[in-house]
Amino acid sequence: MSQNKTKSQKYRLKLPIDTANLDIIREFVAGIAQNIGFDDEDIHRIELAVDEASTNVIRHAYEGQTQNDKFILIEVKTFPDRLEISVIDHGKGFEPDKIKEPEMDAYFKQMKRGGLGLYLIKTLMDKVDYFIKPGVRNRVKMVKYLSL
Amino acid sequence: MEKFEVFRHDIDDISVLNIQGFLDAHTAPDFENELQKLLQEKRYKIIVNLDGLQYISSAGLGVFMGVIEDIRENKGDLKICNAGEKVFKVFDLLGFPSLYEFYPTEAETVEKFKAAD
Repeated sequence: MSQNKTKSQKYRLKLPIDTANLDIIREFVAGIAQNIGFDDEDIHRIELAVDEASTNVIRHAYEGQTQNDKFILIEVKTFPDRLEISVIDHGKGFEPDKIKEPEMDAYFKQMKRGGLGLYLIKTLMDKVDYFIKPGVRNRVKMVKYLSL
Repeated sequence: MEKFEVFRHDIDDISVLNIQGFLDAHTAPDFENELQKLLQEKRYKIIVNLDGLQYISSAGLGVFMGVIEDIRENKGDLKICNAGEKVFKVFDLLGFPSLYEFYPTEAETVEKFKAAD
């Protein structure tokens, strides 16, 4: 990839639903983030946020669904000041309004596992938006700004 | 494919799991299996040595959360050592240091178990 900080560029990666593909997804976004100048710490944050969103899709999006083409699509757009990453599926979706920020104390008292991913994504990225159309297109869009 | 490996060694009644590589939703079941083996053997003094762990996601953290209740109900503990900066940050973001003991070295962690006997 050639370094190009002035123009917006778009990258796409479509993969079958399989946790074995998580490392491919991480390497894909890490490579682009590195190319536009993020430091190692931010690259790690981006990798982890995208891993969490992808893990949610792989584990839950197609539960009980009958589609033949079960995929996860990663779309990355680069801008001079930021990286926008969308994790997309066409599974059953979820209700973003029902996602509450977990109270970690209560969380630990119940020793509850899972569900930490969305909290991490919100903490690691600068902006997170959900666009949910169950069975059609569900998209988690995450933005990370380059520190100047 | 990024690798994940678990190596076990026992020091008296303490079991040490040294985990290496990438711990994510794909490799978390391997780690969970190793922990479950210890619980089946009724070994409840567990050290997880993270020296060599390069990456962890919440799926990996979920494994720690899934076993701790069982371990503590049996008067044991799971203590963590040798976390690298990048890996520790993930534990820290989710508040793990208030629930689990972290130590810089395995020797120190072993001492903590022995001192409590």
